[in-house]
Amino acid sequence: MSRAFALPDLGEGLTEAQIVRVLVREGDLIGEDTPLLEVETDKAQVEIPSPLAGRVEKIHVEPGQTVKVGEVLVTFADGALDRPGAAPPGAPARPAAGGPVPAAPATRRLARELGVDLRAVAGTGPGGRVTDADVRGAGRAVRPQAEGPPAASGRPAGARPLAPVGLEPPALPMFEQWGPIERLPLSHLRRTIAERMALSAALVPHVTHFDRADITDLDQLLRRNLEPARGRGVTLTLTSFLLKAAALALREHPTFNASLDPGAGELILKRYCHLGVAVATDRGLIVPVLRDVDRTPVLELARALGALARRVRDGKATLDDLRGGTFTVTNIGALGGTGAIPIINYPEVAILGAARAREEPVVRDGHVVPRLLLPLSLTFDHRVADGADGARFAADIVRRLEHPDQLLLEL
Amino acid sequence: MGDLVREVDVAVVGGGPGGYTAAFRCAELGLETVVVDDGKRLGGLCLFEGCVPSKALLHAAALIDQAGGAAELGIEFGPPRVSLDLLRKWVSERVVGRLARGLAAAARAKGVEVVGGRAVFEGPRQLRVEGDEPQKIRFAHALVATGSAPLPLAGSPPARERVMDPSAALALPEVPERLLVVGGGYVGLEIGTVYAAIGSAVTLVETTDDLLPGVDRDLVQPLARRVGSRFAAVHLGTRVGELVERDGRVEARLGGAAPQPFDRVLVAEGRRARSDGIGLETTAVRTDERGAIAVDDRCRTDESRIYAVGDVTGEPMLAHRAMRQGVVAAEAIAGRPAAFDNIAVPAVVFTDPEIAWCGLGEREAGRAGRPVRVAKVPWAASGRAATLGRADGLTKLVLDPESGRVLGVGIVGPGAGELIAEGTLAVEAALTAEDLAATVHAHPTRSETLMEAAAAFLRGR
Repeated sequence: MSRAFALPDLGEGLTEAQIVRVLVREGDLIGEDTPLLEVETDKAQVEIPSPLAGRVEKIHVEPGQTVKVGEVLVTFADGALDRPGAAPPGAPARPAAGGPVPAAPATRRLARELGVDLRAVAGTGPGGRVTDADVRGAGRAVRPQAEGPPAASGRPAGARPLAPVGLEPPALPMFEQWGPIERLPLSHLRRTIAERMALSAALVPHVTHFDRADITDLDQLLRRNLEPARGRGVTLTLTSFLLKAAALALREHPTFNASLDPGAGELILKRYCHLGVAVATDRGLIVPVLRDVDRTPVLELARALGALARRVRDGKATLDDLRGGTFTVTNIGALGGTGAIPIINYPEVAILGAARAREEPVVRDGHVVPRLLLPLSLTFDHRVADGADGARFAADIVRRLEHPDQLLLEL
Repeated sequence: MGDLVREVDVAVVGGGPGGYTAAFRCAELGLETVVVDDGKRLGGLCLFEGCVPSKALLHAAALIDQAGGAAELGIEFGPPRVSLDLLRKWVSERVVGRLARGLAAAARAKGVEVVGGRAVFEGPRQLRVEGDEPQKIRFAHALVATGSAPLPLAGSPPARERVMDPSAALALPEVPERLLVVGGGYVGLEIGTVYAAIGSAVTLVETTDDLLPGVDRDLVQPLARRVGSRFAAVHLGTRVGELVERDGRVEARLGGAAPQPFDRVLVAEGRRARSDGIGLETTAVRTDERGAIAVDDRCRTDESRIYAVGDVTGEPMLAHRAMRQGVVAAEAIAGRPAAFDNIAVPAVVFTDPEIAWCGLGEREAGRAGRPVRVAKVPWAASGRAATLGRADGLTKLVLDPESGRVLGVGIVGPGAGELIAEGTLAVEAALTAEDLAATVHAHPTRSETLMEAAAAFLRGR
């Protein structure tokens, strides 16, 4: 009797993972929670621990392979622990290689491009040689309707179509007719971003409400406390105040801390407040999640945010760092600009965007005074809320940013 | 130095054939690429201390040999006078120097920067350069091409002045009266041939019972005969005891015999991958007990951002394998569907006569219990070989008995190193005997022997 261990459910949106490393070998005796494999999901590299103690009978995956949730990763021999030291039961050898498949180098390259396993192709050439035509024939069998002409041979290995969002994109023109082109495969993260953004943009009617917050006082408060905070090892940032202001406003506007269940015809309100923060990395956009932002003091938020962003940029974020968000904040101020309309991080209801704060002339009590104004945009799901709801929610965020005392007193 | 960290797409460690080929291909594919090389130059051991200078010297040796053999044709030259200074200068300036300048110019043209210093990895994303141009380089991908280093004689200290490794021997320090060559592999045979031609009495010892262990005997035999007449002595199945340097000589005990004096000793007992001391322990890169880095068919190590090519990935340690791997690694880094799935990596021994082979050998097939048919054509029948006064060659095809597919090719004779190219193509592209036999080969050339061997197989079916 042996037990199969399949790729576990990785949480929302994650249906597959790429194997990075296999950390055990066939025949190994391992304990419960021993790291088995390292996998890369769309957002993080994580170790998958063993669910039980036993002997690894067979490993079904290898590095570089993409596996779906439910696919078997490892088989354990049962009761192996009863006889420690026993020889591994007939260590399964790899199938003996029958020598190289007879095919010219260019034909082998074609097979790699089309994702055809040469060993499975019957060669029709002299001496059983596999020809280009044999490979193309096998390729058509793999993909019932070979899209495009055979000139698609410039397609990189591993490239596959993005998951459809209901609308069928029209065929692209043959760009080659106007000049040379190159095809690059999308990274795992890039395709995930592409699929999720397309899904959100296609599914959710987006509305954006713009506002500006006078953060002159908040900025002074922040500057006054930069050094004391640094003394405690924390870098105070505007983003941590934005998170706090949004979390407090969400208490009063729970429909923005929710998800729509169109199948049930219900709105799911979340009685917790975990906020996602958009972090730009050299691999692409990643949105890690800070827990219980409404109940966490600003200083502690700033500390947690710094650590989280570092883990994300180093590729060391865990799956738990990346899931469970209820609302997202994205601060593109560091990169300039006067405003942006982000796309909602589906299945959340809304996203708050902040651009760069600038000093501008403001009329106060009949006098023109310089004030620091922060442009904000609140983008939300019009199925869940209307323009007036959005305006009120945004105003409650702006009020807290303009009155840092209220923000800190959590009023 | 401060914390100057530069960011590149690809950092190549080592400027040898694998490293520069990969760097050039990366640059062609639009990746910003730097090469870190301890000598701040491209070419590596192959160009500066290996294949290239040894071939230049073998060319000189062949000239001397041919001039000596010309008497048979009624042409007499006087005994050769060898000026070591001029010979060294010709090799270093006209041969090595010219090629090195060419590589440097190619690097400039392609926008590949060469940084001088020793690269040490600091984790899977960054390396530190020590030496002349200290800096830190953060990379999206790195490629390890640090090559190999000669193994010292077991139980002896590493190379000293009179006990040379192959690099030291190729610098031609002098013409020793008596040279002992330890190792009957291709390096020992090639360098021994050079020293024998310029006037040394060469004694060769080999631990196993064969020259070129592992190579088919019928290919080695013509070389063994010629070496037997050119070298002072060849001792097979013989171990070398302790080497003692005394009074400007080295005393060596060969097998059970009394110690014999030599003026110099060349130790050519193989090479070891150079993977130590470059910080690989800070990464997930895995090496075996011989130091070779484990890579997959895309030349990727266990650390997904780090690739490795060439000698540092183990046998066969040949520059042309490293170069093909370099192209594969560069294309894999650029996201192209590349794989080092080559079936035939040709091996050439540039002695006189040359020996070259690729694919499946006759011996290897026998050991693996794989049924094959062998077709041989001795060069005694070749018109071209006769015009060269050399009929001691042999061309051999190893074929699949059913399909007639060419599985391996072996050639011995002058020019075998060039002739093997057709054989390599045949094996790589899975050509059959009929393909070779029905292709027109120029007459009179030695390449006809490949066609004739194929025809012989077809007649015997």
